[in-house]
Amino acid sequence: MDNTGALSEQMRAIPLENFIMLSLILFSIGVMGILMRRNLIVVFLSIELMLNSINLMAAAFSSYHNDPQGQAFVFFIMVVAAAEVAVGLAMLVMIYRNTKSIDINSLDKLKW
Amino acid sequence: MSQNTLNIITLLIPALPLLGFFIHIFFKNKISEKLAGIHASMWVALSFVLSLVLFNQLQSVEVIHVQLCNWFSVGGLTIPFAFQIDHLSIVMMMVITGVGSLIHVYSIGYMHGDEGFNRFFSYLNLFIFFMLTLVMANNYILMFVGWEGVGLCSYLLIGFWYKNQEYNKAANKAFIMNRIGDLAMLFGLFLLFQYAGTLTFDGVNESVSRIVPDENMLTAITILLFIGACGKSAQLPLYTWLPDAMAGPTPVSALIHAATMVTAGIYMIVRSNLLFSLAPFTLEIIMVVGIVTAIFAGSIALKQNDIKKVLAYSTVSQLGLMFFAIGVGAYEAAMFHLITHAFFKALLFLSAGSVIHGLGGEQDIRKMGGLDKRMKITHWVFGFGVLAIMAVPPFSGFFSKDSILIAAYHISPVLWVIGLFAGLLTAYYMMRVYAVVFRGDERMSAEVSKHIHESPRVITTPLIVLTVLAIFGGLLNIPHLFGGNKMMMHYLSPVVPMDEKHMAMNTEIMLMIIASVAIFLTIYFAHLKYKIKKTVPEADAQITGFGKVLNHKYYIDELYNAIVVKPLNMFGNFLYKIIDLQVIDGFVNGTARFSAYCSSQLKNIQTGAVSFYLFAMALGMVGILLLIILM
Repeated sequence: MDNTGALSEQMRAIPLENFIMLSLILFSIGVMGILMRRNLIVVFLSIELMLNSINLMAAAFSSYHNDPQGQAFVFFIMVVAAAEVAVGLAMLVMIYRNTKSIDINSLDKLKW
Repeated sequence: MSQNTLNIITLLIPALPLLGFFIHIFFKNKISEKLAGIHASMWVALSFVLSLVLFNQLQSVEVIHVQLCNWFSVGGLTIPFAFQIDHLSIVMMMVITGVGSLIHVYSIGYMHGDEGFNRFFSYLNLFIFFMLTLVMANNYILMFVGWEGVGLCSYLLIGFWYKNQEYNKAANKAFIMNRIGDLAMLFGLFLLFQYAGTLTFDGVNESVSRIVPDENMLTAITILLFIGACGKSAQLPLYTWLPDAMAGPTPVSALIHAATMVTAGIYMIVRSNLLFSLAPFTLEIIMVVGIVTAIFAGSIALKQNDIKKVLAYSTVSQLGLMFFAIGVGAYEAAMFHLITHAFFKALLFLSAGSVIHGLGGEQDIRKMGGLDKRMKITHWVFGFGVLAIMAVPPFSGFFSKDSILIAAYHISPVLWVIGLFAGLLTAYYMMRVYAVVFRGDERMSAEVSKHIHESPRVITTPLIVLTVLAIFGGLLNIPHLFGGNKMMMHYLSPVVPMDEKHMAMNTEIMLMIIASVAIFLTIYFAHLKYKIKKTVPEADAQITGFGKVLNHKYYIDELYNAIVVKPLNMFGNFLYKIIDLQVIDGFVNGTARFSAYCSSQLKNIQTGAVSFYLFAMALGMVGILLLIILM
């Protein structure tokens, strides 16, 4: 019981900026993954990475300010991520069945 | 007679010719020629009879006011559909319907066989309706409705034989020149409303006599109204439409361009005599324009070879004399001359029509001659008309022209001389026309000569009636000199002020004698040249010198063409080719082309590649964030 306080004490030894920096780096890696990779699975992976970086930041803030709202929000994000993965993978399967490839640019008929 | 009956009669007078017009619209070609002609004439004749009844009733009642309804009421301006029958309008009404019905009867014979016969009579009826509206109106705006309406009928009737392009151009010319005058008149009316606060005749007269006269404003108003009258009554510089209007059938020339429409300008000014009396500068201008037009047109008539053109220029000249009379302040003399002129000018035009009809359409006087033996009645009536217009005593023209000259003498003897000179021109060219057409050797082709016939009774009877009026019209207004009591002028005096100046009997007699002698001398010289020596006007190619200038009407038409028509055409062309086609169309089409260009560039965004869309999304979000941070 008292451990949580001790844990927070230990946590506070790590400056908040470090967590923010980490979260930022992870988010940017995620964005770059979305923009640069052609494999659909890798794109989904990058999306998950972005979401998780946000989770990390929310949890860090929540811990440093002793406010449980951040951690509660993390739950919501996780649920959304799960739902989104389900739908996304279903779409991926349909794309593969129709175009026999999982290149992100394989569906390109809707252009001028 | 009860007020109600009077009102009904007043409303019937213009309504009957209008009814005639509508009957034609609904029954067009289903009525026979004879029926159309007779019923159209009947309406006008009935209007004449009703006018006589009203004339009788006006002895006891001073004025008859009939209001149908309020036309519109905007701001401070209320215009009713109302008629006002006073001494001035009843005189005009009797002339219009009287001479009008005679011309209707004449047209039954003249237009016989024409395919547009029914249409002709419907237009004539419509014209009588509008002209009556003009003289019966009790306010300037309703008068303007009649004013425009007679302009319209003039256009329809001049261009009656519409298949001929030249006639259509003449009709256009008449209407457009009228319009120029109308514009000035409208401006005058606007100013008048601002000045007097009302536009009914009674209202204006009362307001003008009540407030302190602002002479500049009054001068502006009256000059603008006068320009309107110039357009309608063919004075310098808006007169060139009248000779061209001879393209219409002769009854049209008689009715519209001699007896009634062109007198509308004079009527309007006489009606507004209070305004004009308060603007002496305008009266001077009117006097100068009138006499200059009289002499100008008279000189052109000296060298014209189409019988109708001579009469047309004669009309312009006589109208100039009427305006001259107004300019010297003798409104009642102008009205007197208007009435006698209506009689003898209609007579002259109609008998010229009889000649043209008898000769199968010939209008060039050089191809006529010797008709005194072949068309006796026409010869006699034309002769009397000529005597009347030349102001030979004791015919009507003498009395009316003399009253104008005497009034001019009151202002200055010089004006009397100039006015007399205009009269001498009249005597000379009328004698010339008479001698060349009716006397001398026959110069028409053998073909035409075989077919010459006197016109049927339906044509000659109106001529004879008009002759009686032209001979005895002077009785309307015999001056004191001869024991008369100036009946007509006294009759008009409630509306038209009389010139109260008196002249010594001796002076008056002397002036009359000098004038008559001068006229007789002129007649003698013309007689000598054209009848005794049997001079025939030369062919067009042989006319030389000043005569050529006169024959070509001082080249005024060419001048107007160069100064007005050509620049307007060029301006119109410019507006069309450059501004309309290039600028406006270019702008509209350019806008469309520009948006098409933009969209063709923007469509390249839709690449179809999902990674590009993701990139665009990321960019957009960055942009929004920036906006939020920066604002």
